[in-house]
Amino acid sequence: MEISTIGPVSYYKTMTVLLLGATSNMAVALARHYASNGHNLQLAARSSKEIEILKNDFSIRYGITAEAYPFDALDYHNHAQWYAAIPNKPDLVILVFGYLGDHERATHQWEESQKIIASNYTGAVSILNVIAHDFEQRKKGTIVGISSVAGDRGRMSNYVYGSAKAGLTAYLSGLRNRLTHAGVHVMTVKPGFVRTKMTEGLPLPAPVTATPEKVASLIYKAAQKKKNSIYVLPIWAPIMLIIKNIPEFIFKKLKL
Amino acid sequence: MKQMTKSTVSNWGNYPSIDAKTKSFTSVSELDQDQLPEASYIARGNGRCYGDSSLQSHIISTLKYDKILEFDAKEGIIKCQSGITFSTLIDFLIPRGLFLPVTPGTKFITVGGAIASDIHGKNHHVEGSFQNHIIHIEVLLASGDIIECSREKESDLFMATCGGMGLTGIILSAKFRLKKIETALIKQVSIKARNLDHIFDLFEEFKSTTYSVAWIDCLQGGDKLGRSLLMVGEHATKQELGSDESLRNPNGKLKLSIPFNFPNIVLNKITIKIFNFLFYHKQIAARKESYVNFDKFFYPLDFINSWNRMYGNRGFVQYQFVLPIENSKEGLRKILSEINNQGMGSFLAVLKLFGNYEGLISFPMQGYTLALDFPIRKGLFEFLDRLDQIVVDCGGRIYLTKDARMDKKVFEKGYPNLERFKNIVKKFNPDLKWRSVQSDRLAITKP
Repeated sequence: MEISTIGPVSYYKTMTVLLLGATSNMAVALARHYASNGHNLQLAARSSKEIEILKNDFSIRYGITAEAYPFDALDYHNHAQWYAAIPNKPDLVILVFGYLGDHERATHQWEESQKIIASNYTGAVSILNVIAHDFEQRKKGTIVGISSVAGDRGRMSNYVYGSAKAGLTAYLSGLRNRLTHAGVHVMTVKPGFVRTKMTEGLPLPAPVTATPEKVASLIYKAAQKKKNSIYVLPIWAPIMLIIKNIPEFIFKKLKL
Repeated sequence: MKQMTKSTVSNWGNYPSIDAKTKSFTSVSELDQDQLPEASYIARGNGRCYGDSSLQSHIISTLKYDKILEFDAKEGIIKCQSGITFSTLIDFLIPRGLFLPVTPGTKFITVGGAIASDIHGKNHHVEGSFQNHIIHIEVLLASGDIIECSREKESDLFMATCGGMGLTGIILSAKFRLKKIETALIKQVSIKARNLDHIFDLFEEFKSTTYSVAWIDCLQGGDKLGRSLLMVGEHATKQELGSDESLRNPNGKLKLSIPFNFPNIVLNKITIKIFNFLFYHKQIAARKESYVNFDKFFYPLDFINSWNRMYGNRGFVQYQFVLPIENSKEGLRKILSEINNQGMGSFLAVLKLFGNYEGLISFPMQGYTLALDFPIRKGLFEFLDRLDQIVVDCGGRIYLTKDARMDKKVFEKGYPNLERFKNIVKKFNPDLKWRSVQSDRLAITKP
């Protein structure tokens, strides 16, 4: 390869990908995966300093166009205006932001519960409402939402987070139903355990734990194939099938 | 978020290992005092130092702090965060006609580690160590301040950070000069050397060639003592290769991997003898010229993932020392004889000539350096203590990045600027927040 041919090689049409919550380990892995395949990036997150750094890294490394848009998921009233100010609208939106929080604290401290609900559900609904409207009118685009296996069934160890993610999963399912008629695709992603800063040092069982890079490449492929809902690592499908089907009179006695 | 979880950590030699709590970060604000438990910390990159340099009860991992901040292709200058690996940088640089100014024998190290160890490569005799190519670095101090330093600005901090094993603070970023290349190949000449006199003559003969390194068969004695294979090289030019060959990065090729620790018996005197025999005799001609890919030339062992597992679960130590030029030959003769007499074969024995570049606390000095690998076994440490004595008597020193066991007296004798270094560490790290198992063992950070 000569120097002059440096740059992304893409076998597909170049897309513009908007990452909502662009600074998490998973979002960075997604950004790198899309950028290395030649797609342009729009990075949205609260820390303008961090997304500037990411923007430079992605554009230097991959020779793509990267833009940074400071974004606060909880600033609902400005979401419409925020989205309107983006000059080139994205072809693909990946909603990555979320907040695991401290479940123990959430059970007795409303502020923590509220933060969990707002970061995982309310904020997502607010911004996706705006984007869905635009995509529906333009009759194109793909929306990928990162939900969680925790939303499949409430468990005593994290039901505040789980219920917010359950809300997001239901929202995405309804949105998919509505937007299909406009030719817009919506994909729900329910990662199981992922090795990130958030789970650092935790003894996660290796066979069911994915790296952010693995998650990114699986999401990339699944979105291309227009999958509706995926559990990233396939092993999670039977696991969650079992968990969902344990009769309630037994389930409620388990310490999960 | 004050909780950190424990796991077992060891570096490349798999010796020693400790239980440590590790914290990664992508933004410096995550390292604020109120975010971390009160404890002693040491920064750690990709864990390719061999011993205890980056071990501590609390570890700050730079691996996720890995962004490229600025890049000037025309001038060949890059600024990046400290957790980026040489491997990632090379993938980025090669197609752009650039290469790292200095690289060690593995590309799986981080920029932060390269600076903390002030690494050297096969080009030290011509181009110096990594610090000679740095424009400036940023260091996070124990106080929480971030200081940009260079040879001109805050030079004390700069001098004590290059080769300072992370004891001044956490290296956050570095801006440094790159080397322009025309192709991804190295024009290599390999020459057989009959013995120590011969290899010294050859190093002298190729003094102005950019890259040089020799593999010694350290199981040879008598008049074959020091029998070796010298490999020298230059970046191949486009003209040499013809116009159509250029900057190819041969990634994605088959890699070997060692999936588990070999039984401790696998590397013994006989297998090492066979290996060295094959290595020396794979080439029949006394001199052979060829074009080899940069990966093969610089990183022959990276081809095998986790090669450290060959040494079994007891682990191994790498022993690397340097002797001042005037005592090099005599000292090496003594050490090679000692190895030979004891039958302490080393699978790897790499000899290299350092040029006249010295740092405040860096390993290199003008002279010859030899790196040896020894599996951990009974009697090894006593044996290495004897080698230490020869090194010290010759006025030489041991490489901290490889060390897991030397006595503090040996260390103190080898590094004449130690007191000045300690004073600078005290100034920037007054409460010894940054300290490692190694720095405690060598009493660098004992109050």
